[in-house]
Parts: sequence; C-alpha cells; structure tokens
Amino acid sequence: MSAILPPADRLWYKHPIDRVEGTWIAIALIWCIILFAMMTGWHVWGKQNLSTETYRSTPAQFMAKAQAMVDKYTVRTETEEKIPVVAPPAGSDVYLLARLWSFWPILELEKDKTYRLHLTSMDYNHGFSLQPANINIQIVPGFEHVVTVTPNESGTYSLVCNEYCGLGHHRMVSRLYVK
Amino acid sequence: MATTYRTCPRSGLQFERDAERLIKFNIVAGVLWLAFGGLLAIGVVLTRWPAIRWLEAHTFYMVLTAHGLDMLIFWLMFFEVAFLYFCASVLLRCRIATPKIAWLGFALMVIGSVLNNVTVFRGGSSVMMTSYVPMMAEPNFYLGIILFAVGALIGCAVFFGTLVVAQREKTYEGSMPLVTFGGLTAAIIMVFTLLSGAFIIIPAWLMSLGLMTVDPLIYRTVWWALGHSSQQVNVAMHVTIWYFVAAVVLGAKPMSERVSRVAFFLYILFLQLAAAHHLLGDPGLSTAWKITNTSYFMYLAVLASMLHGLTVPGAMEVAQRQKGFTKGLFEWLRKAPWSNPSFSSVFISLIGFGFLGGITGVMMGTEQLNLIIHNTIYVPGHFHATVVIGTTLTFMGVTYYLIPVLFRRELIAPTLARWQPYIFGLSMYFLCLVMMGAGTLGVSRRHWDMAFQGAAMAYEWPGAAYLMMALVGVGGIAAIIGGVIFIYIMLGSLLWGRKLEAGTARPTFTPVGRASPSMAAQTYGSIGFTAPGTFALAMVFLVAFVVYYFINWKYLSTLWGLS
Repeated sequence: MSAILPPADRLWYKHPIDRVEGTWIAIALIWCIILFAMMTGWHVWGKQNLSTETYRSTPAQFMAKAQAMVDKYTVRTETEEKIPVVAPPAGSDVYLLARLWSFWPILELEKDKTYRLHLTSMDYNHGFSLQPANINIQIVPGFEHVVTVTPNESGTYSLVCNEYCGLGHHRMVSRLYVK
Repeated sequence: MATTYRTCPRSGLQFERDAERLIKFNIVAGVLWLAFGGLLAIGVVLTRWPAIRWLEAHTFYMVLTAHGLDMLIFWLMFFEVAFLYFCASVLLRCRIATPKIAWLGFALMVIGSVLNNVTVFRGGSSVMMTSYVPMMAEPNFYLGIILFAVGALIGCAVFFGTLVVAQREKTYEGSMPLVTFGGLTAAIIMVFTLLSGAFIIIPAWLMSLGLMTVDPLIYRTVWWALGHSSQQVNVAMHVTIWYFVAAVVLGAKPMSERVSRVAFFLYILFLQLAAAHHLLGDPGLSTAWKITNTSYFMYLAVLASMLHGLTVPGAMEVAQRQKGFTKGLFEWLRKAPWSNPSFSSVFISLIGFGFLGGITGVMMGTEQLNLIIHNTIYVPGHFHATVVIGTTLTFMGVTYYLIPVLFRRELIAPTLARWQPYIFGLSMYFLCLVMMGAGTLGVSRRHWDMAFQGAAMAYEWPGAAYLMMALVGVGGIAAIIGGVIFIYIMLGSLLWGRKLEAGTARPTFTPVGRASPSMAAQTYGSIGFTAPGTFALAMVFLVAFVVYYFINWKYLSTLWGLS
C-alpha cells in the first residue's frame, strides 16, 4: 500500500525506473514529437490553416463595407425577407455578418477561386459552421476576421450558427453557393 | 478544543474528528449536486433526441446551463475539496488546519452554488456555463460563482495549511505519499483556476451591474483559463484516486515513484495551457500562440497522461503477479477483482479516459483538426469521456470504498453496486461514441432543433446524424439509470444502511511509518518486463491513437483550401 504511505526512500527522484516504463517513455516522447511536428508542418505543407488576420471593427464600419459589396454585386434575392445573393468577383474581399438570428448576405462563390472572406458579428458570439463540408469557425463581436477560402467543390452549402446565441439560435441558418 | 483520532477497524486509516466531518459534508453536498445535475440530464438528452424534443427551447437552454454548472463545477469541486482534506488529514494522520475557516469555505460553496442555480431557474440567465459576454446573465449568476470560488479557494488554503502542520508536527517521515503529492498537484492547479476565474467573472459581474464593459475576446481567453483548467483539476484528482484505489484494493505500489511524481509535476507546468483548445477557431490569436499552447508546450502534458495511463495499470499488474497470477499476458487482469465496484469503476474509467477522452482531446487540440470539430457535438462527446468516464466514475468508485470506511455504513445493495459501474460506465462509452459520431457529421452542440423548424433555409442533416442523435438519447437514458442506482446506493446506505463499528478514538495521532522498501520486482513478468500485459495494452492504445490521428488529417486534407 505504498502509494498512500511515504516512500521508503526520502529521495523519491532517485527511485529506479523500470524497463517497461523507460521503454514507454521513449515511445510516448517520440509520438509527442510527431504530433508537434505534424501540427507545425501542416502550416508549411498543408492547405487547411485558419488565418489569424484580424482587425478591430464596429458594426457600423463593417456594415458599410458589406453594404457596398451588396450594392455592387447582388444577382438576386432569396426568401420572403429578400436576402441578397451576392456574387463578387474571384479574388475579391467578401463580407459576411452574423447577427441575432441570421447571416447576411448569401454569398455565391466560384469553385477553385480564392476569396478573402471577412467575418464579424453585430452582437453576440456566433458560429460559422459550413455544412456538409464541416468547417467551423468562431465569430466574435468587435473583431473582423479575414479568412482566405478556396472552395474545392461546387454545390449548395448551408451555414449553421453553432455558437449558442439566445432563443432564436436554432433558427439561425443560411446558405452559401459555389458554382 | 481537543480533537480525537479514530482508527478505522476495516482499513487502518486514521480519521481526525473535524476532518472526518468536513469530508463527509463535502462529499454529500457534491453527491446532491450530482443527483440534481443528473435529473437535468434527462431533460437534455430527451430534448436532443430529435424524435422526442421534450422541452421547450427556453426551458432546454435553461436546463442545459444548469446541467453544465452543476456537474462540471459544483459536483466535482465539492468532491475534490473533500478528497484534498482526505489526502492531507487522513493520509498524513494530521489534524486539519483551521477547521472553523474550512467550515466557512464550505458554507460559501453551498451558498454560492445554490444562489447560482436559483438565478438560472428564474429564467433570465440561460447563457450556458461559458456565459460569453456580451450576452449577459443576471448579476447573481456571477455572484454565486464568485462566492463558490472563494469557498473552494479557502478549501485549498486549508489543505496547504494542513500539509504545513503535518510537517511541523512530524506526523509522517520522509516525503509525502504519492497520493498526497497528486492531491497537491490538483490543489495547485485549482488555485490557478480559481484566480483566473476571479480575473474574469468579477469583471463580468460588474458588467452585468452596468459598471464596466468586458472585451468579448479577452473574456473568452481568460474564461477558458477557468473553464479548461478546472477540468485539469479533475484529471489530476482522478489520476490521484486511481493510485489510491490501486493501493487499497490491490495493494499495488507505484512502479517508480520518480516517474509518477514527475508526471504529476508536468501537469502543473503544462496542463493549463490546454485552455487554448477552445480558442483555435477564434480571430486575433497568433499561430505561434495557438501552437505553443494547444500542444501543451510540445505535448508534455499528453506525455504525462500517457505515463499515468501506463503506471497505474502497470502497478496493478505487478501487484497481481506478486499474488501469483503470472500466466500469460493477461491472467493478472482476468483474475482482477471485477466484482469490487471500486476496482471496476477505476479500470473502466482508466480505459475510457485514455481511449475515448485522451485521443479525442488531442484531435480537438490540434490547431487545424479543430476546424472540423469546433462547437460540434463532438466536443461534449469528448468531455463526457474525460469528465464523466474519467472523473465522475472514479469518484463513484472511491465513494464505494468510503461508505464503510468513512461513513461507517454497510452498502445497502452490494449486488446492485457490483453492476453499477458497468451500467453507468459502458452506457457512457456508448453515449460518447455516438456523440462524436454525430459531431463528425457536423451536428452542433447546444442546439435545440437540428431540423431548424421555421427557418426559411433549413439544412437537412444526413439520416445518419439523426440516427446518432437518437442513440445519444438511448445512451443518455441508460447512463442516467446507472447514475440513479449510484445515488440510491450512496444516499440509501447513509440513511438506512447498517451502522458499522467506529473503532477506538484516541486523543493523539499515531505517526505514519514509511513504506517497506520495494523488492526487486524484476523477478516477475516476462521478456524482461515487469508488466508485459500493461505494455501490450499500451501498444494497442498507441496504434488506435496513430490510426485515428491520421484518418482525421486525411479527411481535413479534402476540405476547402483555407489560409
């Protein structure tokens, strides 16, 4: 019962290490280094790394930029609320805002083209959960997060809010088109 | 004000009167929160079961907020304070330092937790456990947490004080026992956790009173130093209890004091960094910061857990082999006391914590892999494996040991108790697996209606996601039944279990002697290993870890380009 008794030798750090432990420490340490190398290496060789480009922003500033994009590139509107569907040119800055309880506007992007997607929230924390691709990003109010995205498959995607944002949270869902 | 020490005739442990009463009250308070949180779990699982969707949205979010707080904070911290007192006072045979102040701490914890819950059930504070600003709860929501945290800090201070008294009064020789050392680790992390909490919950409280504003990103960053570190207290504490149960049930000795203690020490240095797991999808934090923190500084805390994962069953194996169960790789395991609920709880907990909780934790904590997991129901799948299978089940297991020893009652239903860890533990395995399955398909956590009724552009989840969520309901109900059995046995034994003999009380303590020097364990085992069976299990674990890790990278590589 020595785990609950003071060790026989006061200097416990001189207690010998058994072979089974020594072997496992070596294996585990190597695996930990591989884990670390994989995460860092993906930043160099991998294609899915979340950008950290961020600016402080206010709802009014962001709204102005989003409105300018909507005014210029709206191709049609959808649903009874007439949410604009916007098809901005490839390579441009595109804006998406989250608020209680909707996303605005609906984006229409082109496959294999790269966009600078600006995300912000007008009020609480929200979630950007792109389905069925299953890409999930946090949207924090007061910050404009610029994510560079390159859609690799065309289709109709859904955008689900997956950060709890109050009573209408479970109705906060939108679309995103890739042509 | 003379105190007395009683020696338990069943275990040989020595209980000081004040400490004994404090430990009992803290455990009972914790178990009452577990019972209440379990009741709320019925509402959670039956609402997330798509075909049932039992509660209204408003009630669901309120119940989910309370379920999180009651289970993750109140139940576990009450039990942890109790076990800290146990590690210091009982194992070192020392009087507890400043018992009156310890009672003050207990009172604050009770008042704080009740105030918080009363506020949640008034309905205006359904902000989830995380309470991200600028979404605001009523001021008493935060005040309750603050009072509770002050109480728990007092508990830590009493624990440290008791260690000092023990050393000064020479109640033990040499270094403190490994289990007390583990408790010390947990207490140090708890102090860090609670101070981080004070740093952010006090400003949030002032914000709810209209006295200041808190930046949403700073709130998230500091809140998780509370939110995740509190779970690291749980890890340190349940690993400590694994060593404790291995010692009292099997007479197991730590294989190497050095390895086990260094592994605990790594927890102190690196475990808290894991708070960054929750911020990987956030704007504004640099890549270097994310990599340093989420890797727990190059995975040294993962290393520590992998060490404990080997040394605990390894110590059990050595002890079993010394009893003569030496045939093959696994006779020691087959002949283990599987009908002793303390042992079975700990072993089910150990396997589930490693395979389900540990591996998935590393997935979520990898910066890029987090993109396919963040805020999906995979996350609760992970932490039910760590906190419920890991911590709660371990606490249940040690409670079975403490009922006769500490509470001096006979178990009222020993046969039921024998089955309870299997019912609870295995249904929790199932629950975690299907939650992670649904999360892999993208299903959101904290979401009332996956069908998005009333939304113009509803998303249709794949049928498999609906199936998984129904199975979450089934697994949840089975686990709740396991929980009810535990509560029935625990509270029933306390209320009407047969009273057991207390043992003689003396006015002074008997000092603890040292452990006898370990004999050369190398004479047991095979292929030069003292614990070959455990090593084989560790290899199975490693293979599962490696395969699952690279499957996730493979899936990630098919996604949209992000940079």
